[in-house]
Amino acid sequence: MPLLDVKNLKTHFHTRAGIVRAVDGVSFSVAPGEMLGIVGESGSGKSVANLSLLGLVPMPPGKIESGTAQFDGVDLLHCTNAQRRTIRGKKISMVFQDPMTALNPYLRIGDQIMEPLLIHENMSKADARARAVAMLKRVGIHDAERRLREYPHRFSGGMRQRVMIAMALITHPQLLIADEPTTALDVTVQAQILELLKTMQAELGMAVILITHDLGVIAESCDRVLVMYAGRIVESATVDDLFREPKHPYTRALLASIPATQEKGAQLYTIQGAPPDLTATMEGCPFAPRCEHAQPQCKIGPIPLAEIAPGHATACKRILAGEIT
Amino acid sequence: MIRFILRRVLGFIPVFLIIATLVFFLIRLAPGGPFMEGERHVPPEVLEQIRESYNLNAPLPQQYAMYMWDLVRGDLGPSMQQPSRTVSQWIVLRAPVSVELGFYSLIVALIIGLSAGIIASLRPNTLTDYIPMSIAMAGICMPTFVMGPLLVLIFALKFQWLPVSGWDAPAEKILPSITLGTVYAAYIARLARGGMFEVLAQDFIRTARAKGLSETRVVLRHALRGGLQPVISFLGPAAAGLLTGSFVVEKIFIIPGLGKQFVDAAFNRDYTMLMGAVLFYAVLILIFNLIVDVAQAWLDPRVRYD
Repeated sequence: MPLLDVKNLKTHFHTRAGIVRAVDGVSFSVAPGEMLGIVGESGSGKSVANLSLLGLVPMPPGKIESGTAQFDGVDLLHCTNAQRRTIRGKKISMVFQDPMTALNPYLRIGDQIMEPLLIHENMSKADARARAVAMLKRVGIHDAERRLREYPHRFSGGMRQRVMIAMALITHPQLLIADEPTTALDVTVQAQILELLKTMQAELGMAVILITHDLGVIAESCDRVLVMYAGRIVESATVDDLFREPKHPYTRALLASIPATQEKGAQLYTIQGAPPDLTATMEGCPFAPRCEHAQPQCKIGPIPLAEIAPGHATACKRILAGEIT
Repeated sequence: MIRFILRRVLGFIPVFLIIATLVFFLIRLAPGGPFMEGERHVPPEVLEQIRESYNLNAPLPQQYAMYMWDLVRGDLGPSMQQPSRTVSQWIVLRAPVSVELGFYSLIVALIIGLSAGIIASLRPNTLTDYIPMSIAMAGICMPTFVMGPLLVLIFALKFQWLPVSGWDAPAEKILPSITLGTVYAAYIARLARGGMFEVLAQDFIRTARAKGLSETRVVLRHALRGGLQPVISFLGPAAAGLLTGSFVVEKIFIIPGLGKQFVDAAFNRDYTMLMGAVLFYAVLILIFNLIVDVAQAWLDPRVRYD
């Protein structure tokens, strides 16, 4: 049984320019203990989909138009605020992209790390402090007792992300949503933070949703991948399958764009055109206007994600029909 | 921190002397003087003698030197128009009344202003934002000399719940405090809304919500410190202004405070009294700005004492 089962999630933003369909019918599930990667370019809806699950999309202008998200017997999209608060930070935690702004500059690190314990587990301050010290040590911060009393501006970017991770994991959640946890960091620090996430996942046995636009990060750490484009999932596969046998033309184009895989001196491959305007209603495949294999039929009707091999699904009509390989 | 305060207090001395110098010459630039012919029927020889006794006939640089010498020793001299008391005695007599009025007004302003501003910031661009903010705008636009008589008309004359004027019984202190407080409440409400609005849009507020905190805890524990910074900056000069008295409010409600003394001194060309009142005001502003700086550094750990 999946830990989290999301069905037909649609999150739209009602702006002056029109309705932005940021997430437009997304379904996926997360098994206990797995690391699921969600990859896509900026604006593909990967962050919004996950923020929607925890009710963190600003409303207005955002609105969840449809969908269910079963987690631990509760539908996250239709539960009361009180129910949601008992899940947030306790059973599902989040780590955000920019550790420079995601920590409160006015509060000591210790107070911020201890806070989830104090509100979710009714723990005494002394016990919470002991847990916080232990957690800080586990995420690799030395001299934890002293550093608990310091403010975020005294920490470097990588250290702050370690603090964020400690804060997210201190309640031993069943699911961690890491929203571009390494994007704002130096390359060397990125590797350390990913390594830390993997170690902590193994130690705590939790599931992780890792949102990123970096295929390298996916290849290094995930079990399964979802590829998102224009608010939809266009491909879902295990990491091995995705890199060995990408199906959807968008996924293929993405893989082809990785500079390291290209010949030195050759002109870098880029996907022609620009991501679609999300305020326009889209018939058919959202990638069709940029796809070299597109046919008139690609612009007709909804194209659901369908399995092409066990555990490997794609939302390309022509691939599914065997017209292209 | 102690070093920071000491250094700032030392810095007060030149500022204070510069203000004293400027005011000394500025008030003498105004036409007329404290002892002019034609107001009362005093023989010219007598006026001349009075001017002589206050040293007003001496050359200006000499007058200045003598005044500054007295000032440095803490002597503000006698009031030129109300010679029954020295300037210091007048300030000691009148200031407590103004300070009391200012204190009550500040409390009124903070309670109304902060609650209105914070409530407005929680649901921006809805009725709970528009209504308090419209009232605040009206409060800023409405001068005290309209607000005061209006409150008197309603609460003292129509309903007869409160006295019209005076400053002895506690009931008499209510209307003046509200009159003076509401203007500042309006400013505080707008500043609090702006500050809170900005902080509530920050990433760390989303982090706080993601941790499962209640909305109350998000606002009180995570947003308030940063959100109230603009209010704190405003409170320094505002508190100094409130505590030195409001001429208009003191005039409307017949309150024997420093504000009335101040304006009377300006009209009467009471040079020594005017100097005293301005310098008292200057010292208060310096002190409150220092308090604000210390408070801000205490609230925001990124601010250093430099």
